[in-house]
Amino acid sequence: MTELVAHAAASGSAAAPAPPILSIRRVIKRFGQRPVLRGITLDVASGEFLTILGESGSGKTTLLRLIAGFEDLDSGEIWMGAERLDRIPAHRRHVNTVFQSYAIFPHLSVFENVAYGLRAKNTPTSEIPERVTRALAMVKMGEFAQAAPAKLSGGQQQRVALARALVNRPRVLLLDEPLSALDANLRRQMQVELKSLQREVGITFIFVTHDQEEAMALSDRVALLRAGLLEQVAPPREIYGAPATAYAAQFIGQTNLLRAEVRDGIASAGSIVWRTLGAAGNATYSLRPECIRLVAESESAAMSSADVATARFRGRVRNQSFGGAMDLIEIDCGGAYAIRARIASPGILTGEREFEFTANDAVCVREGEPD
Amino acid sequence: MYSRAYKTTVTIPPLLWVTVFLLVPYAILFCYSFWSVSSAQTIVHNWNLQNYLQLARNPIYLQVLFRSMRIAASVTVFALLLGYPLAYYLSFHAAKRKDLLYQLVIIPLWASYLVRGYAWKTILGSDGVLNGFLQYLHITHRPVDFFLYSPFAVIITLTHIYTPFTLLPIYASLEHIPRNLVEASHDLGASPWSTFRRVILPLSLPGVLAGATFAFVLTLGDFLAPLLVGGPSGIMISNVVVSLFGAAYNWPLGAAISFCMMLLVVTLLFITERLEKRLAIS
Repeated sequence: MTELVAHAAASGSAAAPAPPILSIRRVIKRFGQRPVLRGITLDVASGEFLTILGESGSGKTTLLRLIAGFEDLDSGEIWMGAERLDRIPAHRRHVNTVFQSYAIFPHLSVFENVAYGLRAKNTPTSEIPERVTRALAMVKMGEFAQAAPAKLSGGQQQRVALARALVNRPRVLLLDEPLSALDANLRRQMQVELKSLQREVGITFIFVTHDQEEAMALSDRVALLRAGLLEQVAPPREIYGAPATAYAAQFIGQTNLLRAEVRDGIASAGSIVWRTLGAAGNATYSLRPECIRLVAESESAAMSSADVATARFRGRVRNQSFGGAMDLIEIDCGGAYAIRARIASPGILTGEREFEFTANDAVCVREGEPD
Repeated sequence: MYSRAYKTTVTIPPLLWVTVFLLVPYAILFCYSFWSVSSAQTIVHNWNLQNYLQLARNPIYLQVLFRSMRIAASVTVFALLLGYPLAYYLSFHAAKRKDLLYQLVIIPLWASYLVRGYAWKTILGSDGVLNGFLQYLHITHRPVDFFLYSPFAVIITLTHIYTPFTLLPIYASLEHIPRNLVEASHDLGASPWSTFRRVILPLSLPGVLAGATFAFVLTLGDFLAPLLVGGPSGIMISNVVVSLFGAAYNWPLGAAISFCMMLLVVTLLFITERLEKRLAIS
């Protein structure tokens, strides 16, 4: 089975034109008067690792609970293939959930926890021990089969929760911030394991998190949710390199937002001027700190303002924090502008220096509430 | 952490209370159970086991004890059958009505026991509400007199009185079940009924046991309900004790029965406590 699904996973990349395994259509959900989801449309490809990323209160957990069947939607549809998922009760959906707090049954052994779903679906008794054993081995918990859950650590309970869900071979696995309760080291280790596990079993993962680094490290695609609306859905590299909105640019990684005036293909923000393909008028540009370079003092004199494919600007170094290979520098450019740059550790900088960036690295982004 | 003086100040009063009002009376009771009553109606302080032997020899005492236990068991079963579904509804489905319904369960506890006992007397009596109703419906043509003054009347009255005591611990244990366990069960494909049987019921057993213990022990020691609605056939062991300490003036025999009852109840509490601890995981 493993080989078979591994193959499916390899061919099931986000770009494949295969019909989506899960299709969320114009979903709206309110809690009382408060809108939580304000019209979500999202397709999830088979075998994909999709992360729903958002701040607390953005509606990401609610979206997951709608897919699992723990909440009823107010309008919209959720389809799994040809099946209207939102019309069937939670216990008949081919979806399993790994809960944030694990939700391990305290009165059952690890083995019985994992066997729970199989027994609930009347799997032949002869099949159960083998499948449970295999699922536990997959999460490296084989030796704990007879243990009581209360004796397990958080990380171990996490693994049991994962095995308990995967043993049912769900079509989609939902993970609700499963790593948020673990300490940093264990968390990184589990991220790596989770990713390789997903490749191995080839099951579609929908992973909810508020941690953008986690989202970038794990996902094939990230769906960025903001106040009940999708801000951007794209692979992590794309969402980082070409954020659609100022919010996306700020939420995923650090950025500088330059409010520029564009005229005749030239954008100017204060003293900073660069070439752009954007339309004339006011626009906001996102410039990542690592796109800014320090100009050597010897070259600095040879400044040519004509070459706006590489924009240059001068500024006083206001703050410098040492970060090993890269230093984070705050540059005071006069006026309202303070620009953050991440530069290969240059030693201690003082006074006014010259910096540059490639014009194409300044990405035009939408601002304000999505609508 | 706390000073010695503080510890002494807070432990002495309860210790004193327990000694004066519990341990000393029990010790006196225990002594009485080995004494006897002379023909001149005075208590003779010569130590012997006559009272206990009499309890074992005379079948009437054992009969009453068994009847008391039967009544207690029936009340326990009925209180559980009434209390569990209500507690379940309160905890899982009452939503906004939860507080109101909870208060409605609690309020009868504020009314005097006697009032509730008399209420059943007027309901079950031969010219009571129940008989009036049955005759109104032409189910019966003359008053039925076996409702009142029977073990049945005792069971109804005590079930009514002790159901809240059974419900509360069950409700507490249901409230303690993390709701995500219920969601996890549904998520894993278990139907609502199967979820109840495999998750909710097992996790609420400590509460069921505590509630059952309340109903059983309180009923076993009850003497007012049999007095009010029990009649001669509804006499329970505590009524025997009451009469031995009263009209019959045989304190030593009454003390012996009391002591046996206490032993029975303490054993029962000991067992259920052990069981509860074993059931309460995590």
